[in-house]
Amino acid sequence: MEPLNALVVFLNFVFIPAAAYGAQLALGALGVTLIYGILRFSNFAHGDTMAFGTAITILVTFALQGAGVTFGPLPTALLALPVGIAATALLVLGTDRSVYRFYRERKAAPVILVIVSMGVMFVMNGIVRFIIGVEDVVFTDGARFVIDARGFREATGLAEGLALRSTQVITLVTAAVAVALLFWFLNRTRTGKSMRAFSDNEDLALLSGISPERVVAITWIIVAALATTAGVLYGLDKSFKAFTYFQLLLPIFAAAIVGGLGNPVGAIAGGFIIAFSEVMVTYAWRKVVAYLLPEGLEPTSLLQLMSTEYKFAVSFAILVIVLLFRPTGLFKGQSV
Amino acid sequence: MTEAYDPLRDDRGNRDISITKIGNPPVLTPAENRETRPAPGAVRAFLTAEAMVGGYGRGANILNGCTVAAEKGQIAVIVGPNGAGKSTAMKAVFGMLELRQGTVTLDGEDITRLKPQERVARGMAFVPQTRNIFASLSVEENLEMGAFLRRDDISRTMEQVYTLFPILKEKRRQPAGELSGGQRQQVAVGRALMTEPKVLMLDEPTAGVSPIVMDELFDRIIEVARQGITILMVEQNARQALEIADMGYVLVQGANAYSGTGRELLADPMVRKSFLGG
Repeated sequence: MEPLNALVVFLNFVFIPAAAYGAQLALGALGVTLIYGILRFSNFAHGDTMAFGTAITILVTFALQGAGVTFGPLPTALLALPVGIAATALLVLGTDRSVYRFYRERKAAPVILVIVSMGVMFVMNGIVRFIIGVEDVVFTDGARFVIDARGFREATGLAEGLALRSTQVITLVTAAVAVALLFWFLNRTRTGKSMRAFSDNEDLALLSGISPERVVAITWIIVAALATTAGVLYGLDKSFKAFTYFQLLLPIFAAAIVGGLGNPVGAIAGGFIIAFSEVMVTYAWRKVVAYLLPEGLEPTSLLQLMSTEYKFAVSFAILVIVLLFRPTGLFKGQSV
Repeated sequence: MTEAYDPLRDDRGNRDISITKIGNPPVLTPAENRETRPAPGAVRAFLTAEAMVGGYGRGANILNGCTVAAEKGQIAVIVGPNGAGKSTAMKAVFGMLELRQGTVTLDGEDITRLKPQERVARGMAFVPQTRNIFASLSVEENLEMGAFLRRDDISRTMEQVYTLFPILKEKRRQPAGELSGGQRQQVAVGRALMTEPKVLMLDEPTAGVSPIVMDELFDRIIEVARQGITILMVEQNARQALEIADMGYVLVQGANAYSGTGRELLADPMVRKSFLGG
């Protein structure tokens, strides 16, 4: 029995990757939940908004690298991130102006707006592929590891190594900063409070003189920032591929709905729930269990509940279960 | 009163044709009385809504030439049977439905074509009957949102609201949705007062609250009026509302049936018989 080694394996292959992935999903789900709370529809174009922001950030990163600018041990993409956010904000504000506002003024039913957002999704899909292509793009630079496996083994004398990649640390820190900023904005500033008021009771917000168009515009800008940040962090952690970002839509929606649509705290919790479920259900537990059981009792099978190809089934199953038994989500959002 | 107390026939609530009114209830007809004072159309009051005709969307007229008015610091109450267009009249005064005819003036200025938000900026505040608070926001945030249009220091107004409703100060950090019905109504009125309005419009402020809370709310409303704020209010509890009213309007089928001071209406045998239940 070597529980320490078991813990290291667990941290290395389950906890750290799931935490980083959870932070990325949480940022994505926050965007979805804000749109749902303020504009009252499910934005299917969110995955492609993330892809667009990441694509622009990658191009700026390459330009910076070409000009010889780097960010020391940190990835250059973080320097390019503000440009990506600004470009995405312009794109979503333009989309709102040209597409969503038309339906808003006609007080279209939410289901119509959902379909409209699917149309927007296809258009953005095309734009992103035009800009950056369909291939895998790796744009990480700077230091690769904060702790590497060999160094850890040598320092601790354990059989198992623990690797902590710098992108994972950056993901968690950036996500924490973004969430703290968002909550400070929503709870402490006048504009943020007016957004919550608008989400809570639109008619009364109008009676109080809160301008809906201004609230909507600010929401889009925040969503652009969250989506681009989430996309860039995911791309740094793994790699960028337009199709992968489109696929991220499912876990992101699952996260937002599990937490309760329209509820920011729920979106964060949902992101981590989905990420941990996905990683834990598709992880082969043999090594961890082998370290925990007495010698001679090592399992012969992989102890993997589902192969990694089925990871989307996990979020889908959770989504269905939540919709069946608790349609408003864990943190009491609006019902779908 | 010689008969025993019967909760179904006490003097709260409507006295129009209903299951609690057995026998042959008198039928109300608009504008038959010549005895009581006519609606003050000729004299321009501080807030005057004259000869309003209108309905929702392209639908039929709900208001058929109804007039309500209130002087500065006065309480005007609109009462009437179910479906008389009381709330509609209120919404029309606030610009929430488009008038086909008639005018609304505030302090001599024609505001008939202004949007509700613009009327808020001119000093009108409206407390809807339902969904009149931000349930997920704290009490204090509700008040802050009420003052959203103001750019000056709002702490003094907030103090005044807390003085008027001390319980709100105690619960100012709690989400408004967790308060009791009466406290929610206080939040709703408080939110409306935060704009420092000249006119406060209340749509059935005592709906769904207990009789004790109702009396309490009416006391507060009188206090607000004493500060020089004009109050226009729709009420189901006709008798109590008319008791505190400077002006009362009985609406029937979207038109004025009776109008006069609250005292006059309470004393008017026709109003008593047909509307207040004897």
